[in-house]
Amino acid sequence: MTLPEYNFAYLDEQTKRMIRRAILKGIAIPGYQVPFASREMPMPYGWGTGGVQVTAAILGPDDVLKVIDQGADDTTNAVSIRAFFAKTANVATTTKTADATVIQTRHRIPEAPLSAGQVIVYQVPIPEPLRFLEPRETETRVMHGLEEYGLIHVKLYEDIAQHGHIATTYAYPVKVEDRYVMDPSPIPKFDNPKMNGSPALQLFGAGREKRIYALPPFTNVVSLDFEDHPFEVQKFKQPCALCNATGVYLDEVVTDDRGGRMYVCSDTDHCETRREEGHHGAGLPISGAQTAKEDAA
Amino acid sequence: MSSPILSVSNLERRYGDFIGCTDISFDVWPGEVVAIVGESGSGKTTLLNCISGRLERSSGSIRYNMRDGRFPDLADLSEAERRFLMRTDWGFVHQNPADGLRMRVSAGANVGERLMAIGDRHYGEIRDTATEWLGRVEIAGDRIDDKPVAFSGGMRQRLQIARNLVTRPRLIFMDEPTGGLDVSVQARVLDLLRGLVSDLGLAVVIVTHDLAVARLLSQRMIVMKSGRIVETGLTDRVLDDPHHPYTQLLVASILES
Ligand SMILES: Nc1ncnc2c1ncn2[C@@H]1O[C@H](COP(=O)(O)OP(=O)(O)O)[C@@H](O)[C@H]1O
Ligand SMILES: [Mg+2]
Ligand SMILES: [Zn+2]
Repeated sequence: MTLPEYNFAYLDEQTKRMIRRAILKGIAIPGYQVPFASREMPMPYGWGTGGVQVTAAILGPDDVLKVIDQGADDTTNAVSIRAFFAKTANVATTTKTADATVIQTRHRIPEAPLSAGQVIVYQVPIPEPLRFLEPRETETRVMHGLEEYGLIHVKLYEDIAQHGHIATTYAYPVKVEDRYVMDPSPIPKFDNPKMNGSPALQLFGAGREKRIYALPPFTNVVSLDFEDHPFEVQKFKQPCALCNATGVYLDEVVTDDRGGRMYVCSDTDHCETRREEGHHGAGLPISGAQTAKEDAA
Repeated sequence: MSSPILSVSNLERRYGDFIGCTDISFDVWPGEVVAIVGESGSGKTTLLNCISGRLERSSGSIRYNMRDGRFPDLADLSEAERRFLMRTDWGFVHQNPADGLRMRVSAGANVGERLMAIGDRHYGEIRDTATEWLGRVEIAGDRIDDKPVAFSGGMRQRLQIARNLVTRPRLIFMDEPTGGLDVSVQARVLDLLRGLVSDLGLAVVIVTHDLAVARLLSQRMIVMKSGRIVETGLTDRVLDDPHHPYTQLLVASILES
C-alpha cells in the first residue's frame, strides 16, 4: 500500500481542526467575522483560497462536491478547484446542485433552492463591509462590537445621490439576525434573498484577509435599504434565451462579432436541467422547426 | 439652579515625563462659549482632546451633564455611551476640515452621516435635513451632491460645522476652527459660527491662539502657558484688563501688530 501524497483534502488534521473551530464559532455568532490562521494553498490568493480551506476542513469521504464560478461549473477556476479535491480527497464531484452535499461558489448562489444537509461555501475577497469608508481595522472592529452601522447607510445614501437609486449590485450588505452587518461576498444582490432562511449551512472563507463567517440554517438575513428606497433585486425583461426560465439571474452573452447578444442563465446547471426537461427559449436553435413555439413557462 | 454642562477638575495629561497640561479646573455652563488661548505649545489641544474624550488623561476628573440628568465622569461611561455622546450630543470641529469630513462622499452624505448613525432610514428626509443645514452654513443647495474635495477651504469648514450640528448637539469643541483659512474667509466663518452658536444656544469650548477670535466668539477665556492655566475671566475683562504678566504680553503683542 502506498501512502497518499497529501493528507485527506490536502490540509493536515491540526489545521483542519483550527479551521473547524473558527467555523463553529462563526456558526455560533451568525455574521461575525472570525479570524483564522489562513494557510498557504497551492493556488494564488484571488483563486478562492479561503473557500478552499473551508471546504477542505469540512469535506468527508462521502461528500459530493460541486464547484461553481459565476454560476458555471466549467470555468477554469471551478474546474481546477474541483480537480484539486477530486485528487486530494478523492471525493465524488457533480455539477448537479441537487446531488451536491458541498457547493463551493464564487459570485453566485444556485437557482435551485438549497436543502437541509447541504453546505454552501462562499469564496470571499473582502469580508469587511465597512472597509470602503473606514479603512482602519481597529475602528471597524469597534463598530461591529458596538453595532455602529451608520456608515453602511452613508454608502447607500451616496449611491442614491449619485445614481438616483441604490446602485450597489454586488456584495450588497446584509444584516444578520438583527445584529451583525455582513458582506455576502460578490454575489449579485439578486441572490441576497436566497440567503435568508435557507435550510442549508452557509460558510464564508476569506483567505487573504484570514476571516471566516457563517450563516447557520434558517438564519434571518435582511438586505439593508432606506424606507423610501427599498431593496430590490435585479429584474430581467426577457426569459433565458436557451431554457426560457424567468425569475433567474441572466448573463449577457455576445453571440457574434456584429453586436448580436442574448441573455442566458448564469447558472449553467439550472439551464441544462431545464433544457433536459424539455424547456427551450427563443434563442436556442431547434432542429427541423422553422417556427418553434416558445415555451410558455 | 442649573449646573455646568461640563466640569473639569485637577486634570493632568503627561507625555512620558513631559507635562502636556496640568492642574486644570474649570466649568462650562449651558450656552456658554469658553475660549482657551495661549501660544503654540501651551497645551491647548492636549486639554481640548482630553475633555472631549479623544485623548486619555493621566489624572483628574471630567464630568458631563447628560440629557437624562446623570452627571458622570466620562471615564465611567461605557465606550458605546461615550461614542454615542460624541456623535449626538457633542460636536468636534477640527482645524483641518479633512480631519472632520469624509472627503470622498458628497456634502449631503457628510451632513446626513450622524442622522444615519442614530437610525434615520428615510433617504428623502435625510436629504431634506441636509439641504436645510447646508443652507444654514450658506452652502447652496445645488452643491449637495458635490464632494468636499471640490469645495474651497471656507466651504469645507462650513460643511464640517453643519455636519456636527445636524443632531442638535449641546456642546461643541473646536480646535482653531479658522486657523487654516485666509483672513478674508475667516471673517465669514466666524460670523456664521457666532450666529449659529447664539441661535442654537450651544455651549462651546474653542481653542485658539488668536485673541481676536476669542473676543468675537467667547464670553469667558482661559489663558494657558506651559500646560497650566495662568488666568481666567470674562473675555472682555481679560482682554481689557489682563492681570497676569503673560496675558498682558499676549494682549500687548496683538495691539502692536
Ligand atoms: N503626542 C505627544 N507626545 C509628546 N508630546 C506632545 C504630544 N502632543 C503634544 N505634545 C507636547 O505637548 C505640548 C502641548 O502641545 P499642544 O497641546 O499641541 O499645544 P497647543 O495646542 O497649545 O499648541 C507641546 O510641547 C507639545 O510638543
Ligand atoms: Mg493646538
Ligand atoms: Zn437558461
